[in-house]
Amino acid sequence: MSEQFEPKITAFVCNWCTYAGADLTGTSRIKYQPNVRVLRVPCTGRIDFMLIMKAFERGADGVMISGCHPNDCHYTSGNYHARRRWMVFRDLMDFMGIDTERVTFSWVSAAEGAKWGALVNEVTDKIRALGPNTEQKQLVGLGVE
Amino acid sequence: MESLKQKAKELLEAGEIKAVLGYARGTSDTRRPHVAMSALEVDKLVADQACTTNLANLLMKHEIKHLGKLAVVASRPSTLRSLLQLTAEHQVADGAILALVPAEGGVKQLGTAQAFEEHLALVPQKKTEKDQALLDRLKAMPRAERFAFWQKEFSRCMKCYACRNSCPMCYCERCTMDCNRPQWVPVPSHAVGNQEYHLVRAMHLAGRCVECGECGRACPVGIPVHLLTFFAEDSVRAQFGQGGGASATIDNALSTFRPDDKETFIR
Amino acid sequence: MAERYKLTQDALSALFEALAKDGRRILAPTDADGRTELNAVTSPDQVSKQYLQTILSAKETVFPKVERLLSYTTEGGKVDLKDAQPHALPTVLFGVRPCEAGAFKALDAVFNWDSRDKFFNARLEKLAIIGVSCTSADEACFCTSAGGGPGDTQGSDILLTPVQGGYLAEILTPRGEAIQALAPQFFQAGATEDKEAVLAKVEKAFDREALTAKLPGMFENPVWKQQSLRCIGCGACAFVCPTCVCFDIQEEADPKKGERLRLWDSCGFSLFTLHASGHNPREVQSARWRQRIYHKFAYYPERYQQYGCVGCGKCTRACPADMNLKEHLVEAAQAQ
Ligand code: SF4
Ligand code: SF4
Ligand code: SF4
Ligand code: SF4
Ligand code: FES
Repeated sequence: MSEQFEPKITAFVCNWCTYAGADLTGTSRIKYQPNVRVLRVPCTGRIDFMLIMKAFERGADGVMISGCHPNDCHYTSGNYHARRRWMVFRDLMDFMGIDTERVTFSWVSAAEGAKWGALVNEVTDKIRALGPNTEQKQLVGLGVE
Repeated sequence: MESLKQKAKELLEAGEIKAVLGYARGTSDTRRPHVAMSALEVDKLVADQACTTNLANLLMKHEIKHLGKLAVVASRPSTLRSLLQLTAEHQVADGAILALVPAEGGVKQLGTAQAFEEHLALVPQKKTEKDQALLDRLKAMPRAERFAFWQKEFSRCMKCYACRNSCPMCYCERCTMDCNRPQWVPVPSHAVGNQEYHLVRAMHLAGRCVECGECGRACPVGIPVHLLTFFAEDSVRAQFGQGGGASATIDNALSTFRPDDKETFIR
Repeated sequence: MAERYKLTQDALSALFEALAKDGRRILAPTDADGRTELNAVTSPDQVSKQYLQTILSAKETVFPKVERLLSYTTEGGKVDLKDAQPHALPTVLFGVRPCEAGAFKALDAVFNWDSRDKFFNARLEKLAIIGVSCTSADEACFCTSAGGGPGDTQGSDILLTPVQGGYLAEILTPRGEAIQALAPQFFQAGATEDKEAVLAKVEKAFDREALTAKLPGMFENPVWKQQSLRCIGCGACAFVCPTCVCFDIQEEADPKKGERLRLWDSCGFSLFTLHASGHNPREVQSARWRQRIYHKFAYYPERYQQYGCVGCGKCTRACPADMNLKEHLVEAAQAQ
């Protein structure tokens, strides 16, 4: 009856690992679902937690955050700092009632093209099953007379 | 109370301090912050259970900072905790501020971070029953219900920033809320703007909040915003074993890391 | 003096029904977790029984905290601009205090000063006010020093004063008459109850005209700095104030669409007067606090021949630092 819901997923990935990894997914001709828009940032340390909220505000149904494995950060410790922030931010999101199921964090190295492809597929399926992010979408425009 | 006034007068007369930051009687018999620079003003000082404001916040204010050396009445442990945290963040030099703690039969005079820590060891920090009960109720709620709870609370928020401005740890010269070239967090107090504001505020205080509850008390429309930072503090303590206001020497949990930090959700 | 009628409690319920039937929304003070808030009600039973005032003022009804002025979309270089239409519902404000009822005049002075504000006027035109006199007051109140009083009729279309068995009703304006006409049988003419006897006693604390005459000469007086040492520079006082009218304009846009919003702002914020150059003419809180007082007691009378404060005391009650405006005005009036 109704068309299958196709989620919009925004991915913030670090330049040095996951971005290169995602490139490898393509050059390795691994097929994966096209729902993810990748945004490249210098390092996970640069991924302000608010970017997640901004993505939701602009209509994302899911968000992916990915960078270099611990110990592999191009800037030595950006991902360690980021990890601490995610650990608290995720808790806080949940405490505010914001669905953490819609945010996926990962470490994907430049060599892990297959991992990225598989993860994108998995996340896309999961968000498709969750449906549109109505909770957050409904907030846009609310409270304006 | 008399010994507090006595002590304050002595210190002012001896020139050891320029002003005492304490409490005085306010509207309808409430208590308000009071800056005493003379014996006459010292006589207005009050010290009792009704003195709840965390005065450390005012210590960060330009006009007060520039009065000269200060003594602060620390009726509440959280004022001392704030001083420790502010020292750890290099906003207050160790020894720069004298704390006068009204105590049974007199007044305790504390001058160093170490003295603050020793005193605090005697008065454990505890959430009020009411706060703990609401925290527990929220944690037990299904997520969607919790979302509805906060959205309903936030719908009353008018972005007056009384919560931010009353917080001793919100001392940034230019708050990220006020960074408008370009505007990062929306200014209007609509649903998106309010959710983002409260997330940002809580995140920027995670690991630094001293749990004084001032933000919640300041809110004119009764939004329990302090529970957001209390929760963040609990999360930080549980995951990293340290929290705000405990020490003048430990780095903030979120400005540092350990390579072996343990989480369960990164793929 | 307007003729006085008696309105019983039962008649008031019937009046609420008549108003609803006439398609009007009724906003009144209600109890919400220990706070008094203005909310939509359908019966007098929902109105708070014991309230002094609502925390927020009723200005929201004509000047919402966030409102859309215009919106646009862009498509291939073509801009489609739409003026927002104010969402104005016929509204009766029930139970606001005389001080607040009198505050709409101060808003009107600004919104209809050099141009007529479409949004404000659309809402004001659909607003009728049934004020209720005060039978109690607190330490923050100073209406009698601000040109009003606990039974003052200015600003209300109908003023009710609680008396034994109901209310004494004064029908004050054509809008009031129109409400009376919806249910004339409920207003019993010839009421004889003594209004003055039930009103709260609010002693006059200072002479505002004398203060206005004095203010231009005391710009550098140390009193402003002393008073504001504990002020934390938030927006609570301005946001709850029924006469504070300052607003900010924000554009929220992405490459395809956007909108322009008007929202409350406050002179107490350091950002309020910050110039693009980085210079701030009101660099410290004492200068901002002084501005708040001067705006209401010096600049308003000078520019609009009326005052920008009605003495409701909302600012004092909302202030986290307990900046008591009445007390500070008395201090200023007495300062050397
Ligand atoms: S966030 Fe609230 S509870 Fe924590 S230190 Fe600031 S004012 Fe106190
Ligand atoms: S004090 Fe209350 S109303 Fe003001 S900004 Fe904070 S939460 Fe919002
Ligand atoms: S300044 Fe204070 S007392 Fe005067 S009208 Fe505004 S809120 Fe009421
Ligand atoms: S007077 Fe009170 S409410 Fe107004 S800015 Fe100062 S602290 Fe905030
Ligand atoms: S450069 Fe990849 S996480 Fe820091």
